[in-house]
Amino acid sequence: MIDVQQVTKRYGQHTAIDRVTFSVAKGEVLAFLGPNGAGKTTTMRILTCFLPATEGSARIAGYDCQDQPLEVKRRIGYLPETPPVYQELTVDEYLRFVGQLRGLTSNTLTAAINREVERLGLGPVRHRLIGNLSRGYRQRVGLAQALVHDPPVLILDEPTVGLDPKQIIEIRELIRSLAGSHSVILSTHILPEATAVCQRVVIISAGRIVAEDTPDQLSARLRNSEKISVVLKRPPGDVEARFKEIPGVQHVLAGGEGGGFLLESELGHDIREDVGRLAVNSGWGLVELKPVSMTLEDVFLRLTRHEESMGQPGQGSGQTELEPMERAETSS
Amino acid sequence: MTPIGAIVAKELRSYFVSPVVYVVGAVFLLIVGLLAYLYIVFAGAQAIQLMQIQGGQAQINLNDLIFRNLFASVRFVLLIILPILTMRLFAEERKLRTFEFLMTSPAGLNEIVAGKFVSVFLVFLGLLAWTSLIPLTLSLFSDFDWHPVLTGYLGLALLGALFLSVGLLASALTENQIVAAFVSFGLLLLLWLLAGMGSLLGDTTAGQIISYVSFMEHYDHLVRGLVDTKDLVYFATAIILLLFLTHRVVDSTRWR
Repeated sequence: MIDVQQVTKRYGQHTAIDRVTFSVAKGEVLAFLGPNGAGKTTTMRILTCFLPATEGSARIAGYDCQDQPLEVKRRIGYLPETPPVYQELTVDEYLRFVGQLRGLTSNTLTAAINREVERLGLGPVRHRLIGNLSRGYRQRVGLAQALVHDPPVLILDEPTVGLDPKQIIEIRELIRSLAGSHSVILSTHILPEATAVCQRVVIISAGRIVAEDTPDQLSARLRNSEKISVVLKRPPGDVEARFKEIPGVQHVLAGGEGGGFLLESELGHDIREDVGRLAVNSGWGLVELKPVSMTLEDVFLRLTRHEESMGQPGQGSGQTELEPMERAETSS
Repeated sequence: MTPIGAIVAKELRSYFVSPVVYVVGAVFLLIVGLLAYLYIVFAGAQAIQLMQIQGGQAQINLNDLIFRNLFASVRFVLLIILPILTMRLFAEERKLRTFEFLMTSPAGLNEIVAGKFVSVFLVFLGLLAWTSLIPLTLSLFSDFDWHPVLTGYLGLALLGALFLSVGLLASALTENQIVAAFVSFGLLLLLWLLAGMGSLLGDTTAGQIISYVSFMEHYDHLVRGLVDTKDLVYFATAIILLLFLTHRVVDSTRWR
């Protein structure tokens, strides 16, 4: 349903996303995981035809986002970061406007609005002005907006932001229920959210995809393997391929600052000696070589640390980002 | 309902739940009413003077004394108030982040620009309709030629549409409503001053071109009762060109 091939987006000198490639099958839910500013929103804006890609192609349901934007727009429901609501309208009027804009006829429109109001628990605020609603309600109105025309593809930019723990559970439940009939991409910087609702996780950092797998396999893969971290001063371009030539090396993940790599090998297979010899003999400037034991969160933090080391004002470390979420999980 | 219809209905709703239309409308009607009153009193004084000089039944021309002056003044009132009506159209969408939603909906950009223009034009026509009370009331007590009054109203409608499309373009240029309003004031005053520059250059080719670009002489023809295709073409092309520019500007904001 969604097919993204080698998409790059540059703003002047700044590269927001770099050769991003992934696809989502029909009925699949994919999480786009990454710290703030990693390129999640840019990717979503390209998929919704709001931004043109600098290079590469994005297709939804077989239609190219650049060449047939109207066909694409008809098939997507999009919830941007900020719920796109008109404060001077009531919830009912707003959803009616959205439905009309997307070409629903009046009979189906009323039924569709009733369905979404029911599904998102908007009944009590249905006839109130959106400007007077709380953040959580606005977020749900934003979701209702994306769903009202029952699109086959849903693109949700941080759908649970601003909701209380109970609502978060409900929205996740809703997204899970959409799987099967809808293809969903949701972005988040909250790890448990990705594991809770998604069949597949794409981890993006500094505009590049650094890992892609199912949440189970991702953590299983990490549990069942030895990991070592290698930091090189002068990594050559084909370093990942060279590492993979070492017997026992299964995966090479690039990421981290200053030429950091994460090598995975079969359980009980110590590759440190071989890696060290290769790096030293090739003159790559080996400055660090150490074994690591990891959870999924560790991997996420490690893969995305490059981003944080560049320093983003007003943003906590990945760890503090995760904590409130954890509490939300346990308290409900 | 078509996407244009949906946008027009939504914009009209937004206009009438905000106080802006009521305040702008009240000020507009108050000023136009006061101007009409002043010109009527002035015409009355002239009539008395004429009677004293000529004695008996002096004929005064109400079209010249009242309506031509009134139509000339309303032009200026429109220049002040119409940018206030148009300033929110795109600037607010961008400020409140609904712009992205609108651009990712299956409504084409043509339909969005047209819908916004039609909605604000309808609001303006609504305001203009109230001013028809002036000639209607006057017709109960006096005789005048309706023809130049009606063509004057056609001129006002076209002039208003032109001002609104300038305002729409200005609103597309920025996400700050105040800036949008000032940019449209500036552009409209510039168009106004072009007429002065044109007459300064006189009958030269440059002078004629500059005069043609300004709305002044085209509007004056209509106020004087002359419906010339040349003037109608001027308004139509200017409005279409401005809406086209708006379309391009809105489209380009996605790229920046």
